[in-house]
Amino acid sequence: MSNKKFFTFALVLCLGLAGGASFYASSQPDGLEKVAEDVGFIETAEDNANADTPLLDYEVSGVENDRISKGLAGVIGVLGTAAVSGGLFLLIRRKSSATSK
Amino acid sequence: MHIPDGFIDLPTSATVGALAAAGIALSLSGARKSLDEKSAPLAGLTATFIFAVQMLNFPVAAGTSGHLLGGALAAVLVGPYAATLALSVVLLMQAFLFADGGLSALGLNIFNMSLLGVWVGYGTFLLCRKVLKKTKASVVLAAAFAAFLSVPAAAIGFVIQYAIGGNATYSVTTVLAGMVSTHILIGIGEAVITGMAISAVLASRPDLVYGWKPTANNLEIRKAQV
Repeated sequence: MSNKKFFTFALVLCLGLAGGASFYASSQPDGLEKVAEDVGFIETAEDNANADTPLLDYEVSGVENDRISKGLAGVIGVLGTAAVSGGLFLLIRRKSSATSK
Repeated sequence: MHIPDGFIDLPTSATVGALAAAGIALSLSGARKSLDEKSAPLAGLTATFIFAVQMLNFPVAAGTSGHLLGGALAAVLVGPYAATLALSVVLLMQAFLFADGGLSALGLNIFNMSLLGVWVGYGTFLLCRKVLKKTKASVVLAAAFAAFLSVPAAAIGFVIQYAIGGNATYSVTTVLAGMVSTHILIGIGEAVITGMAISAVLASRPDLVYGWKPTANNLEIRKAQV
């Protein structure tokens, strides 16, 4: 499989998972949250310092439709992560001396 | 698994945060040496994929869900240094954009998932690969088992932080029992997702997989390109 095909397919898959499939994800508390509830230390949780983010709980505030709100938040997260991590890794990679184009 | 603000006191969060920062610094220099023009894009893709799949919580037991952590997956795909960085980018995005995981707890979360999850996963993977045959199927199996163990390892990281600086006074043993039993179940999901993802990349682009390359390069018989 060519590089272009592989990375295009993978990025589309990520967008589909975060932008579409995430709507069907379980909304039950995760492992840590559940243990915190059962044991009781959930009471020490504080609101996050940036809890006023417009993307709180992976939803875009102001977008009424749940599916669109969650999907849009997922797409923003995927593109943001791709941009930041892609930039970081391209910046720190070893430049091969053999490229003589 | 993302610790919110308030669970762990500030001195402990700051100390673990300093350890996490040291781990990131070491990983930056390690990844500088290991990443080349071919593997760097895969490292970015790995972070992106882990972000996407972390949104997909799956049910594990009555009233509980779990999601992929991705430490072992990333370590097998791009090596442990780049994996630590990939997971750290994911946690930074989640904390700053989505307020998932507390800002004061960011160092705790990076320590548990980017350092413990990745390195316990990578160590387990290397050990398993040593005893198994050098086939693609064993790489998948080794990665899946490493993924399984990496989840309770990250959970134990939280328990240690709770024991040192928890703001609540409930018994550490109770927290340990709850965290380990729940995260063994989540580890099964982690193993399944990791195994599927590694198989898919091994089937389409085995040359990109860090955990496969060292043996593949020695054993591969190359045919002349026509």
